[in-house]
Amino acid sequence: MLALESATVRFGGRTALDAVDLQVAEHEIVCVLGPSGSGKSTLLRVVAGLQPMDGGRVLLGGADQAGVPVHRRGLGLMFQDHQLFPHRDAGANVAFGLRMHGAGRAERESGVAELLDLVGLPGAGRRAVAALSGGEQQRVALARALAPSPKLLMLDEPLGQLDRSLRERLVVELRTLFGRLGTTVLAVTHDQGEAFALADRVVVMREGRIAQTGTPLEVWQRPASAFVARFLGFDNVVDAEVTGTVADTVWGKVAVAEGEWQGPCELLVRPAGVRIGAPRDGLRCTVEARTFRGHHVSVLLRPERGPVLEAACALRDTPQEGAAVGVTFDVAETVVLAPAGEPSGK
Amino acid sequence: MLSGRIRGNAVRLGLTAVPLAFFALFFAYPVAAIVGRGLKDTGRWQFGRIGEVLGRPEILDVLWFTTWQALASTALTLVLALPAAYVFARFDFPGKHLLRAVVTVPFVLPTVVVGTAFLALLGRGGFLDELAGVRLDTTVWAILLAHVFFNYAVVVRTVGGLWSQLDPRQEEAARVLGAGRFAAWRRVTLPALVPAVAAAALMVFLFTFTSFGVVQILGGPAFSTLEVEIYRQTAQLLDLPTAAVLTLVQFAAVGAILAVHAWTVRRRETALKLVDPAQTARRPRGAGQWALLGGVLLTVLLLILLPLGVLVERSFDGPGGHGLGFYRALRSAEASGSTFLVPPLEAVWNSLRYALVATLIALFVGGLAAAALTRRAGRLVRGFDALLMLPLGVSAVTVGFGFLITLDEPPLDLRTSWILVPLAQALVGVPFVVRTMLPVLRAVDGRLREAAAVLGASPVRVWREVDLPLVRRALLVAAGFAFAVSLGEFGATVFIARPDNPTLPVAVARLLGRSGELNYGQAMALSTILMLVCAVSLLLLERIRTDRSGEF
Repeated sequence: MLALESATVRFGGRTALDAVDLQVAEHEIVCVLGPSGSGKSTLLRVVAGLQPMDGGRVLLGGADQAGVPVHRRGLGLMFQDHQLFPHRDAGANVAFGLRMHGAGRAERESGVAELLDLVGLPGAGRRAVAALSGGEQQRVALARALAPSPKLLMLDEPLGQLDRSLRERLVVELRTLFGRLGTTVLAVTHDQGEAFALADRVVVMREGRIAQTGTPLEVWQRPASAFVARFLGFDNVVDAEVTGTVADTVWGKVAVAEGEWQGPCELLVRPAGVRIGAPRDGLRCTVEARTFRGHHVSVLLRPERGPVLEAACALRDTPQEGAAVGVTFDVAETVVLAPAGEPSGK
Repeated sequence: MLSGRIRGNAVRLGLTAVPLAFFALFFAYPVAAIVGRGLKDTGRWQFGRIGEVLGRPEILDVLWFTTWQALASTALTLVLALPAAYVFARFDFPGKHLLRAVVTVPFVLPTVVVGTAFLALLGRGGFLDELAGVRLDTTVWAILLAHVFFNYAVVVRTVGGLWSQLDPRQEEAARVLGAGRFAAWRRVTLPALVPAVAAAALMVFLFTFTSFGVVQILGGPAFSTLEVEIYRQTAQLLDLPTAAVLTLVQFAAVGAILAVHAWTVRRRETALKLVDPAQTARRPRGAGQWALLGGVLLTVLLLILLPLGVLVERSFDGPGGHGLGFYRALRSAEASGSTFLVPPLEAVWNSLRYALVATLIALFVGGLAAAALTRRAGRLVRGFDALLMLPLGVSAVTVGFGFLITLDEPPLDLRTSWILVPLAQALVGVPFVVRTMLPVLRAVDGRLREAAAVLGASPVRVWREVDLPLVRRALLVAAGFAFAVSLGEFGATVFIARPDNPTLPVAVARLLGRSGELNYGQAMALSTILMLVCAVSLLLLERIRTDRSGEF
């Protein structure tokens, strides 16, 4: 459906997109995930034709898009802050794309009503844009982008400005809706929860390059690098030297699975794999802080050597602040992060 | 993709080309021709004349007077108008909108009307003369007061507009942190206002430095600004070299003022957190605030309403008691002796026709320029921006006379064409159109245009569907200003309006130049008509204007 071939964009001396290759298949939902400044918005603008490229190609349905102006690409783009037209009401915003594609009045009216129904705002056509709440604006923006039946729908931080509970509800609604309509979607976000909930496939970007691509589960379970791990919120990363099934680290010897990358690398232990026991067992640590997270408690540990550790504990097992404890590591929650450019063991 | 960039540049070039050609042909060329004619002798440049003219004591006197009266006018305007800016920004009181409109009326009034009104108030046989035997028309006070009258709105609108959008919570935050009321104002509000005050002061200085109509009518033989002197040297003494040197001096001064203005405007664009003005105003509290409001109302009454009231009263005050005598006399050419070839009332229709055409030209040229300036601001674009402001300050007299000597041969023989007057008037209208449209166009979020493009709108369609609806109000406001300014244009029109087709300001000036009660009364009547036309067009505007629409 969509293919990017070594797409490159430079802003002055800075490279926003560095020879990016990306494919999106028909009916697939792909989410580009990255911190701000990683080039993910530029990626969308390149596909839309809003941002000229310094090199590379954009293909839609196999056709090179060079020289095809924005308004002839047949795409949908939902902007970060919606960009609804303030001088038109909700219905006229939704109808805009239909009008541009030469739809007649009757067709427009039925299309608008249908789409507003679809996004859960039946009868909101006459409401002024300024009178809509953030969540409603978001729904109108979605209806507007869907109205001309785009080949590919692009979402730029689709839920970025909404509050948490609304976001969690909408992300489920969006996924259901796209599944039902069979829409091909390319979304970008900096929120990993949003990406994992929405996407069939996640693409992690860093400084204009793709750092990892895979299903949400793959990326979550096996981050490809220390960058991806840290970006997903895992901070228990340490330098290691792997020999066989043992990694030698500043925290002591840590068991790893068979068939992992051998030699110098980095090692991630997910908080759930940090087991807290009696002080004499394993690595000696002091409890520095405890943060209540709802279904678990996050415990910050200061080991006798090496960087701080985060552990996820059940409520009743949580040690007191200042307590001395011993820490062991669960092999199932331990991931070897191969050096950049090397394939990891599995 | 690269072709898109090239196409964008081509579009920008096209948008810029029309205004540039317009300015080159109808502004730069005539002015340059006049300067050339004044400074060239037998084919050689005589730059020595500059030093020679500037060394003459009477010219030095003019330069000195021009500068100090502009400084004094600016200072006086700030002192009187800043309290009003505060009152309009922070207080809510009945009749506020009407009062704001009233305050703005003088700014769009033709200078000739302002001069006439103050003549009626302060002049021989004027209101104060009859009341208390006080005459100010031969003193500098009449000029200064007329300048304040004229520019009061510039300060109130520029400073008050920003002031009303400053978040009062900023000051409250300072108060909570331990600053007293005055300290909070001085450390939080004042720094935010300084660029706006500076920009307003510079505009007032510019307008008063180049003042023509007001000084021409009120200054008498004693006081003369550069512009008046240029007119005298050109039209009465036929001393083109001196006029050319003075034009260059004024050009340099205006260029310097505009450069400083552009700099302050750019500084003003620094991110201030602005809020809806409706939320910052409240009813005055306590005796002090009511007194301030009362003081501002009294100033408006004495400074703005009184002169206009006296003007209207004089226009009815005929030899046989109050009546429509002067207005009736306007209907025939014979009544005023040989002053006119046609009934003076015809000037009303001439003026309206010219102003309408001038407005259309100004909207077209100014609209294209504003559209070009909206797209990406570079150094070159900023230069273009400043260039468009120049007609506001460069000697209109020179432009008018330049028209006569340059546009007189094929293919551009316009000397006998009526279009000459609207063209000259449009020159002054364009800066207003650009200034009004540009902030609104720039405020249109570029991504709205992108959103429309992604939804399938071609560039032309984007402009029609997004830009045009959003700037429609600003466009109307710009049209209104261009109309009012064209209606009142005097310096250039006085040269190029044909004797059988005078405009209102030209007719008024001609009537005032004659002696006799009937001429004086007719001038008052004609000024009243002109004032009404301007005031009505402004009041219509005030209903549709938004607070975002520009600086004026």
